Amino acid sequence: MTVSAQEILTLPASRTGAGLARLCRVWRELATNPLTLVGIMVIAGLLVMAVAAPGMTSYDPLAQDLSQRLLPPSNAHWCGTDELGRDIFARILYGARITLRIVLLVLAVVAPAGLLVGCSAGYLGGWVDAMLMRITDIFLAFPKLILALALVAALGPGLDNAVIAIALTAWPPFARIVRARTVSLREAEFVQAARLMGAGRTRIIATHIVPLCLPPLVVRMTLEMSGIILTAAGLGFLGLGAQPPLPEWGAMISTGRAFLLDQWWVATMPGIAIFVVSLGFNLFGDGLRDVLDPKTETRV
Amino acid sequence: MMATLRSLSGLLFSVSLTLLGLIAVTFFIGRVVPIDPVLAVVGDRAGAEVVERVRVEMGLHLPLYQQFWDYLSQVLRGDFGNSVLTANPVAEDIRRLFPATLELATAATIVGVVVGVPLGVAAAVWRGRWPDHVIRVVSLVGYSMPVFWLALVGLLVFYAELGLVVGPGRIDIYMEETVPFVSGVILLDSLLAGDREVFWSALSHLLLPAAILGYFSLAYIARMTRGFMIEQLGEEYIITARAKGLSPARVVWGHALSNVRVQLITVIALAYAGLLEGSVLTETVFSWPGLGRYITGSLLNADMNAVLGGTLVVGAVFVGVNLLTDLLYHFLDPRVR
Repeated sequence: MTVSAQEILTLPASRTGAGLARLCRVWRELATNPLTLVGIMVIAGLLVMAVAAPGMTSYDPLAQDLSQRLLPPSNAHWCGTDELGRDIFARILYGARITLRIVLLVLAVVAPAGLLVGCSAGYLGGWVDAMLMRITDIFLAFPKLILALALVAALGPGLDNAVIAIALTAWPPFARIVRARTVSLREAEFVQAARLMGAGRTRIIATHIVPLCLPPLVVRMTLEMSGIILTAAGLGFLGLGAQPPLPEWGAMISTGRAFLLDQWWVATMPGIAIFVVSLGFNLFGDGLRDVLDPKTETRV
Repeated sequence: MMATLRSLSGLLFSVSLTLLGLIAVTFFIGRVVPIDPVLAVVGDRAGAEVVERVRVEMGLHLPLYQQFWDYLSQVLRGDFGNSVLTANPVAEDIRRLFPATLELATAATIVGVVVGVPLGVAAAVWRGRWPDHVIRVVSLVGYSMPVFWLALVGLLVFYAELGLVVGPGRIDIYMEETVPFVSGVILLDSLLAGDREVFWSALSHLLLPAAILGYFSLAYIARMTRGFMIEQLGEEYIITARAKGLSPARVVWGHALSNVRVQLITVIALAYAGLLEGSVLTETVFSWPGLGRYITGSLLNADMNAVLGGTLVVGAVFVGVNLLTDLLYHFLDPRVR
């Protein structure tokens, strides 16, 4: 990238200034891609739904009204009602909180774990690297959903256990990516310079390597979010995730299955929500990758 | 030759390490993760002496490394314990059910390859034009849609509304067990028995689930094919081929595609292994009597032996497929050799 005269004149004076300018530049590039914008809008919509659910519907997601059961979509009930007379639209709105909670909790565990494993394996090399990567490979050798199923079977069904199970199966790709980046940075000149100046391992990893591992990690995180959502919904569908009466989207589809042929809306509506949200994360992730990490085109 | 042998033995060594790791993980899940594995077997209403007896039967009074050694030697002998639910040995259940999953996954992969590869090639040839965009949307949707939901919607539309396909199940109920079990793959067994009616029934039951699972592998295969083909079409030998006047079709299908063959095989194998995962949810929706439904059914009944046995088998198949592609790579790609 060439630097124009104007950009030199407006070079940031401080570190925070530079960070802000970079954020602005990333945002400007993201905003040029309409599909990425759609993704951002969907994610924003999910956040609004989760925060403002009580303001967006007057129905209680848990309140049963058996006189109103299995009503088709109408003006009073935009997505119809389920077998206990609960408003499906309200349940989808409140369900956004559960989905968001699962995704955030999983990422809060998985991203630091991936950084820790990837950085130590990549920077220390040798037998540490060999051992950690062997463990990573073993976890990658299981199909994610099946390992998560077995874990939930051992832990017992429930939302928290589903989060634990998904987190335990979701970290290997993050560790792989961070390790690859760390290995490519390990012998870089600025790292050697830091080493010559007497910086210790921890300091080099924390202040030089970790910040440069963040962009691919963030890209991977947004791309993995849809996978996490789909796994969580799958667990919910099998009755292993959030338990009734919680309005978890996968569990809602599972109850709607019994009424599929006559009351199609009970099962289809929550599925549309899952699809739109994970599509949003995929679109945003694709756009973010093009901006932050343009070299990797295909997805593993 | 020596180098080949050395790299092959390295491969085998790492595969056996991975398999050992798989067994260790399932052991860990079965014995260490549950707060009380005995409780998981006998339930919370069992008396104290029953609990004690089961504890000894399961070998839980032994030290952990002893338990692992016993488990390992058991598994290596192909013994996964008995299923609480079916009262059969788990290994026997799996042998009976696995062909159904294999049948479904194979049919789905065929759909994925037959549709996905040409789509990917088209996207690469018309890069940035409308076919590319359409295919991009198709594969994005495939990455974003819950497979069990698409299966339900598929049943709703094609079975209930349009009546184009038959409903859930693997075969019409009255035909069950009419064909002798040879390979376990009904399409094959019915052909071997010469029973046309069963064959058509099985095929019509297979259609919808295979198409739905196939859509997901199609999304992946098309996207990867596109990437590989774009890379090849930018190479100089393609320009040479064009310059000497070969037809565009010949250049694309003859030259470029045959050079991505090896990479494609890897992708298809990965998609195949990935379908094992998708089949867990699809089998539940379609009441398909395969391994996936066995695992989920046992799960809901806390039948840990069956869950862990099934998990281990799926993991081992995963590793096996990966090993197979590595070997194929080895023999098909002269650069690796």
